[in-house]
Amino acid sequence: MINFEIDGKPVSVPKNGTVMDGANQLGIYIPHFCYHKKLSIAANCRMCLVQVEKAPKPLPACATPAMEGMKVFTHSGQAVTAQKGVMEFLLINHPLDCPICDQGGECQLQDLAVGYGASSSRYTEAKRVVANKNLGPLISTDMTRCIHCTRCVRFGQEIAGIMELGMVGRGEHSEILAFVGKTVDSELSGNVIDLCPVGALVSKPFRYSARTWELSRRKSISPHCGLGSNLIVQIKQNRVMRVLPRENEEINECWLSDKDRFSYEGLNSEERLTKPMIKQGGVWQECDWQTALEFVANGLKDVKEKYGAESIGALGSAHSTLEELYLLQKLVRGLGSESVDHRVRQSDFRADSQMQGAPWLGMPIAEISQLKSLLVIGSTLRKDHPLLAHRIRQAVKHGAELNVINPIDDDLLTKVRNRAIVAPDKMISMLAEVLKAIAELKGVEIPDDAKNALSTVSASDTARAMAISLSDNKPAAIFIGNLAQHHPRYTDICKLAQHIAQISDIRFGVLGEAANSVGAYIAGAVPFDNRFGNRNADIAGDRHGGQGANASQMLGMDDAASGTGCKAYILLNLEPELDCYNTQRAVRTLAAADLVVMMSAYKSHAAIQDNYADVLLPIAPFTETSGTFISTEGRVQGFNGVVAPLGETRPAWKVLRVLGNILQLDGFDYETSEQVRADVLPAGNDVSAWLNSSLGSLAVNPIEAGKENKGSVGLQRIGEVPIYQADLIVRRAESLQRTRDAAAPLAWMPGSLMAQLGLQTEEVIRLKQGEGEVQLPVAQDDKLPANCIRVASAHPSTAALGGMFDQITVEKS
Amino acid sequence: MLSAESLKKIDYELTKYPADQKQSAVMSALAIAQDEKGWLTTETMDFVAEYLDMPSIAVYEVATFYTMYNLQPIGKYKITVCTNLPCALSGANEAVAHFREKLGIGFNETTTDGKFTLKEGECMGACGDAPVLLVNNKRMCSFMSNDKIDQLLEDLSK
Repeated sequence: MINFEIDGKPVSVPKNGTVMDGANQLGIYIPHFCYHKKLSIAANCRMCLVQVEKAPKPLPACATPAMEGMKVFTHSGQAVTAQKGVMEFLLINHPLDCPICDQGGECQLQDLAVGYGASSSRYTEAKRVVANKNLGPLISTDMTRCIHCTRCVRFGQEIAGIMELGMVGRGEHSEILAFVGKTVDSELSGNVIDLCPVGALVSKPFRYSARTWELSRRKSISPHCGLGSNLIVQIKQNRVMRVLPRENEEINECWLSDKDRFSYEGLNSEERLTKPMIKQGGVWQECDWQTALEFVANGLKDVKEKYGAESIGALGSAHSTLEELYLLQKLVRGLGSESVDHRVRQSDFRADSQMQGAPWLGMPIAEISQLKSLLVIGSTLRKDHPLLAHRIRQAVKHGAELNVINPIDDDLLTKVRNRAIVAPDKMISMLAEVLKAIAELKGVEIPDDAKNALSTVSASDTARAMAISLSDNKPAAIFIGNLAQHHPRYTDICKLAQHIAQISDIRFGVLGEAANSVGAYIAGAVPFDNRFGNRNADIAGDRHGGQGANASQMLGMDDAASGTGCKAYILLNLEPELDCYNTQRAVRTLAAADLVVMMSAYKSHAAIQDNYADVLLPIAPFTETSGTFISTEGRVQGFNGVVAPLGETRPAWKVLRVLGNILQLDGFDYETSEQVRADVLPAGNDVSAWLNSSLGSLAVNPIEAGKENKGSVGLQRIGEVPIYQADLIVRRAESLQRTRDAAAPLAWMPGSLMAQLGLQTEEVIRLKQGEGEVQLPVAQDDKLPANCIRVASAHPSTAALGGMFDQITVEKS
Repeated sequence: MLSAESLKKIDYELTKYPADQKQSAVMSALAIAQDEKGWLTTETMDFVAEYLDMPSIAVYEVATFYTMYNLQPIGKYKITVCTNLPCALSGANEAVAHFREKLGIGFNETTTDGKFTLKEGECMGACGDAPVLLVNNKRMCSFMSNDKIDQLLEDLSK
């Protein structure tokens, strides 16, 4: 530690600490623009000049290393004169347009100009003007205001991992821009808006819509990815105007992904459903809540009488709150059915009976940065978990080894130590090879339940390298990504990963797909007994023993369940034509049902046009209801509604409660969402005892399982969920939909396959799965494994296709 | 994009730096690319960026910072005359006036036949030889009297 003095107060900072660090510790404010605690030191704004005893001239506090016995004065005559001088220079070229600048009211330059600027300028020459740049649909520019602090440039290099902005030219001609004709496409790009200390980079969707002092700030939690980012939602006149990060060092630090930041536009979408709607005689009509709820209750009763309780099923998305999902399953179980699920994109449910707890990350998010080695299996990491990917990038920067087993090879913007880019069906054998290698390395027996399956496997060099990386570097972890969770052999992936983790004594976890992926298990939104080891014996209310139908069976999605299905469905926060593993079969199954109740914040076009729904109940999105999300690290985060529900919208937990009352079910007498939560969670809200990604004893299926060996070379679909299609809100966020990440899906395939099929880039082809087909242009991606076609799911233009990882056929059109 | 010969030169430059710090060679790579192409197009800079495994914007930063990289098409010969004080005191302004008269162009302009581009330069570190000028960034010419300028233009025009 180095001891020194700032303004007469003693302070000590670690070796390599700066004067700025000491000042921050003491709570002494030193004016600054380019300094940011999360970015490297540039010292190019010179605003933080301070006086240092025995130094001949003022020194920048951010870049001056603390020295033993140093005496620093931040408000002495010399320091203030220097700061005023810098401010005068900064203001020379800065326009005096605060009244029309979006940053006005939250502008560091404006604030500091009040303290350090003169009341008028001595500068009479012409000011410079810099042309504005088009940085895409999210960031609006006013480059004349730029003071060249280069925070945005450093953010790209150091945090986003991709340098999209740079400072070109020199001296007075220097300006910030993206390379000729390029836009800023990083999934973290919105953070430069917060970083910009002036109004040069501002939010395009928010621009000119409100002044910052008119906005109220309310706390909330992100409803998108499993991270559970903390938000500040800013509202004006009962409307969400903007979303900013709420700093939480353990979760999102001071960042937000663009999805979290800009998805609020979806909340104000014109597609919002504001009144209940019933389809009568094939015609949709608006009605009041009483009518709608009675219609639903009668419908459910009819189905129960006619076909039995087990023909009622409920599916809730894991973007719903803990309370909503709990009441949903309570309602269905109260009616006598066990068929309730949230895993609509999952296709392999073999492990259901062997789950030991809710699958979770396996470690706190903050500890990811300290990992020394990790293996990510099947994930579009940057797009599914933008800020987790950032944590992993930081870990790699500090020496961690990243290993990847994936069917796609998108740039992770970081060094990948070992990569195995293999077809989806080969991911199992790749993992098996790693297990074999690690068992050989450690000199242990392969666990019994994998022994049979691994008898024919021999480890490749890549597998051996991965095994060495995982066992030689501690701490290490294995993460199972979204692609792997949707994989038709998810159970085997899970089980193999679990064995690898056990043998090498490292962490193993599942990357939560949605904000409440962990919470959905704990709420009981699964068709099996989730009383993990009887620890939360009463959580799911009434039990009927035995198993209900899972999502796949309910929607007739897998081959075995094809043609089956329930007679009545309650869908919560779901658009089945986009949100399911096999959208084609899901929609067909729903269309054959007697009653489909959709609880949704949106008037889904498909529900109305495809005509599978019978009732639409308008429920509140996360900003209009109180609730709880349990993040992928098992953190319980409650939040309140920030605005009143739109129109006749009601919070879903209230709708379900009233529905429970109308159906005369027991235990639906809740007054507040807190009471519901108290029923689900133990006192103190500590759910750590229920978190466990491991599976019980379950044999791994033979590695080269039947299907793929048979006969002709089948083409496999790799159907990832695009970043801005993952849930209902983000699908309707207009600006995000104009980004490059939201571009319409293409049929990506390797050049070898294009040659084999005689296809050219951009040629429109017909893709077929089951009875559905779509037409898409071909695009070339030589990094894809052979015989694979990457066709995004969850997009209207591919909704007619079948399973996300099933076989697909191609025809010229 | 670049000829095999240029690539060979860039590869040689790369041997001077550690393998994981290829971007250290960006200045030489741009100079080599410019020698071949005459000026740096967006595509050329993109190519260099990809070749050196660095973001295109970082290449662009370098290319725009240094004045000897040409970001616009120029004539076959770029004549950069130093007009800083020592040169100006020793007749640089007369030299520039002579160029203007002979070539019919001012600074940053190119003759219609595409042969010559005239540029204003900063100190080239040879004040004892003033006035000095550079031909195509590489060839330094000293004591540029009007006669010597005529001679130079004649040689280059051949």
